[in-house]
Amino acid sequence: MTNVLVCIKRVPDVSGEVLLTEDGMSVDARHVGFTVSPHEECAVELATQVADATGGSATVLTLGPSDGVEQLRSALAVGCSSGVLVEADTDRFGPADVAAAIADVVRAREAAGDSVDLVLLGNDAADTGDFQVPVRLAYALDRPVLTNISSCEVDADRVIARGDGPDGTEIFEVPLPAVVAVLEGGVTPRYPSITGRMKAKKAPIDIQTPTVEPRGSGRVRLRVPPPRSGTVEVLGQGADAAPAVVDLLVKIGVVSA
Amino acid sequence: MTAVPQQAQVVVIGAGIVGNSVVYHLARLGWRNIVQIDKGPLPNPGGSTGHASNFIFPVDHSREITDLTLDSVRQYKDLGVFTECGGFEVARTEARMEELRRRIASALAWGIPAELVTPEQVVEKVPFLDPSVILGAFWSPTVGVVDSLRAGTLMRERAQELDALTVLANAEVTDMTVEDGRIRSVRTTKGDISTDCVVIACGVWSPKLARMAGVHIPLTPAVHQMISVGPLPQLAGTTGEISYPIVRDMDTFCYERQHGSDMEVGSYAHRPILMEPEEIPSIDQARLSPTELPFTDEDFDPQLEQALELMPELLGSADAEIRYAINGLLSLTPDGAPILGESPEVKGVWSAAAVWIKEGPGVGRLLAEWMTHGHSEIDASHSDIARFYPHQRTREHVRARTSEGFNKTYGIVHPSEQWTSDRDVRLAPMHAGEVELGAVFFETAGWERPHWYASNEPLLGEYGDAVMSRQNEWDARWWSPIINAEHLAMRERAGYVDLSAFTIFDVAGKGALDAVQHIAVGQMNVAPGRVVYTPILDERGGFRADLTIMRLAEDRFRVVTGGAHGNVDRKWFIDHLPTEGSAHVADLTSAYTTIGLWGPRARDILGSLTDADISHMGFPFSTCREVELGSLSVLASRISYVGELGWELYVPIEQGARLWELVREAGRPHGAVPVGIGVYGTTGRLEKGYRAYGAELDSERTIVEAGMMRPKVKDADFVGREAYLKQRDNAPETVLCTMTVDDHTSADGSKRYMLGGEPVLSADGAPLTDGHGHHPYVTSAGSAPSLGKHLLMAYLPPEEASVGNKLSVEYFGERYPVTVASCDATSVFDPANERIRS
Repeated sequence: MTNVLVCIKRVPDVSGEVLLTEDGMSVDARHVGFTVSPHEECAVELATQVADATGGSATVLTLGPSDGVEQLRSALAVGCSSGVLVEADTDRFGPADVAAAIADVVRAREAAGDSVDLVLLGNDAADTGDFQVPVRLAYALDRPVLTNISSCEVDADRVIARGDGPDGTEIFEVPLPAVVAVLEGGVTPRYPSITGRMKAKKAPIDIQTPTVEPRGSGRVRLRVPPPRSGTVEVLGQGADAAPAVVDLLVKIGVVSA
Repeated sequence: MTAVPQQAQVVVIGAGIVGNSVVYHLARLGWRNIVQIDKGPLPNPGGSTGHASNFIFPVDHSREITDLTLDSVRQYKDLGVFTECGGFEVARTEARMEELRRRIASALAWGIPAELVTPEQVVEKVPFLDPSVILGAFWSPTVGVVDSLRAGTLMRERAQELDALTVLANAEVTDMTVEDGRIRSVRTTKGDISTDCVVIACGVWSPKLARMAGVHIPLTPAVHQMISVGPLPQLAGTTGEISYPIVRDMDTFCYERQHGSDMEVGSYAHRPILMEPEEIPSIDQARLSPTELPFTDEDFDPQLEQALELMPELLGSADAEIRYAINGLLSLTPDGAPILGESPEVKGVWSAAAVWIKEGPGVGRLLAEWMTHGHSEIDASHSDIARFYPHQRTREHVRARTSEGFNKTYGIVHPSEQWTSDRDVRLAPMHAGEVELGAVFFETAGWERPHWYASNEPLLGEYGDAVMSRQNEWDARWWSPIINAEHLAMRERAGYVDLSAFTIFDVAGKGALDAVQHIAVGQMNVAPGRVVYTPILDERGGFRADLTIMRLAEDRFRVVTGGAHGNVDRKWFIDHLPTEGSAHVADLTSAYTTIGLWGPRARDILGSLTDADISHMGFPFSTCREVELGSLSVLASRISYVGELGWELYVPIEQGARLWELVREAGRPHGAVPVGIGVYGTTGRLEKGYRAYGAELDSERTIVEAGMMRPKVKDADFVGREAYLKQRDNAPETVLCTMTVDDHTSADGSKRYMLGGEPVLSADGAPLTDGHGHHPYVTSAGSAPSLGKHLLMAYLPPEEASVGNKLSVEYFGERYPVTVASCDATSVFDPANERIRS
């Protein structure tokens, strides 16, 4: 029976052109809405699978504004059973602060008798890309940590995790409790069902205030890189275009003349 | 890459269903050098067409919208992109069952197959629907779905085959040039195009494009949420576009539409979520497309529960995932109707906006005909962009009315239902006095018009049963027996009516006579001081207006017309003025107010206020002149829309309150009462058989059919003369008649009173068809208190148009016997017009 805590972050759902807020300190989500990163969607899916397989529970946590409830509900709709919102101003919280706040939640739950056997996170957040929270969290909790993990399962008191390494798939086995950072690609996150969505509406969400005094991330401002230049040249239509395509493939070295 | 033409006969902006249809029909009608521009890629440039549910329910209470839909279905079928699947509108409440019965009546009136069915009959075709949730349903077998993107591509290709069209995709219009009130050129990101004709068919972006030319297209982008759920094992075996009827869950404002193994659930139930066109993301900024915005779960959650109630097993499956969910953008207008036609602000700028998939091809044809011939086969008077007055074009008005209107999309809307938002915009000068009299205000074109006065409640005792009280709540909603009491008091003594909502404009100048002669059917070469009631026709001899024109001087004519359609009429006059500038139109609507004073005591009342000769011979019918009423100089016009002796009294608007008080005080000893529009617009009018524009008269109707033919046609040429002469030489295809209802008793014993729109059938309930292939329906309905009857007007097949002919009318699923009382303009009350000419 493994109790999993999966951590997610509310981020703008950007895909095309990125807009910044007027102060240049964050991404403007006005046209795109909010989501969580694909890594975290996979982490939520793995959390649900582990909880189901072991008869344990999956709790979803986010640190951020109260609107983060929307992302918690999305995770609750696909299998998590309860949520924790650590309400905080994300801009004032750097990765070290986030890790410390999550560690506090874990310690408090364990002190109350609720074990947190496995903490799953995304490898990195989609907006800030710090790559720090999982490692710092593991350090703070004095637990083993695995990163770049695509899938994992629990076998008794150990977690067996797989990830792509330079020479193929790497398989790790570490004792629980542990921290695992997930990279997208190993599992297919599910969409919510209507019944799941309705359950999520009623699922409990524990709203907390962080105990740590944030030190911040030291962000100065964000800058959108200049657009990559590129032009589209239509080589022709139908079979008539074939010679031009062949010429081009030869020119760029894909086929030899 | 396609080169940008430097010059075009017409630039059509937008490549959604409307723009594509417009270019096709323009090409078909002979236009060449058409340039179509869209900022997005083809075939789906990212507008509302791209995410439409693409289903078509043909029955609407509006004839105009239904005709556009039926025409569109024909076109979709010709293009091979229509799949018939049938559709149910299910009712969860008894009130909705009543509405569905009313819908059956509309289906009958428009000749569209439909029937009411039981929950069990629904389940036969939709096995996954829980019959215990519903009371019954409206079955519409000709409902279908279309591939609107494919239809658009085919229409563009047809225009290209005619060598008429250049398509510029991925080109954005950035500006338009207007000179001397006419469009001159369009600037795009790929170059400039000079043209004197532009069609804005840009859906939710239309207001933004229109602003580039200084034009208003008063619509707002608004969110319509939808989700797609699947895969559903029950639908696993389906093939093709659609296999199950579409279900509209009317009471929850939702629909369920099967699509492959998915079920799409759409909603019009959530809070109105409006945007400004400028806030819509660009293609690059958008996550999916500019009109598919991020889904807001919390707005949709109540609908999930309701959808689950209706289809518990299907949608309750744990494997059925919400795979697609958007806040889709569509266009809403202040009155819910499309926005079509040439803008009244800039010549050559046409709007084809706020159009649903179900009307797209029909609108394309209508607009192309209009642009080519000046008129269209299907009447567009309720969709004409010129109908909006300046205050109705403001963002605030659009926001207020669309916020109120959004949830009416699937609502039960009474034909007389009043808006509650953005009221009290245009107030008559006597408004405060009317409020004191307990006026109940209805709105027309922003004007607050007393419909009846609570102060007249004592008249109910005076007239007793003659006020024809209504027992049924629907029949009596937005109505009061006080209207009929006011009517009787006016017929017995006198009544005075606030007519401030008239649209008034002068045609003046050296060429004024030629101008009005050219526009009006009636003889306008009359002595100054004469008042002429006249139809206004288009070239094919259809009604564009009916109004009165006073000749005030050799070179000045004052046109008075109803407020609802007055702005359109004004544009018609301006468009038909002589081009060399010898006459001009001056709008005086806000300069004058009008009070009508009518009834057998009207002369006594007016006589107590003036020394002028107002005797029958001294001030004959159909004349006007200045008279002094106390210290007011008043333009009095002896005409009547209620069939009584009396005058319309015109004064500068700031003197209106004073005139109101003068008339009121002078009327008191004679028992005169204030009378509302309930009398003026309905009871008084119907008793006299007067036709109303928008009800009996529109561009699909002719003078001959409306029974308004005069013995002679003037020699002077006028718009529509040739067509009118031809019409006179032939027997009409349909004849406007007035009927009386013989028995109002319904099956449960209560009396029912029709409100308009009902189908007229033979005495034994068989459908009737006129020479146009149309089925008769009630164009106007109302009490005739002086006759103790309820009157209905309808265009009947000529063979049914004989006085005394027995027919029936269907109302809420029951038939009532009616008798033809008049089959021309002869009125059922005072047929010899003795009262008016007394």
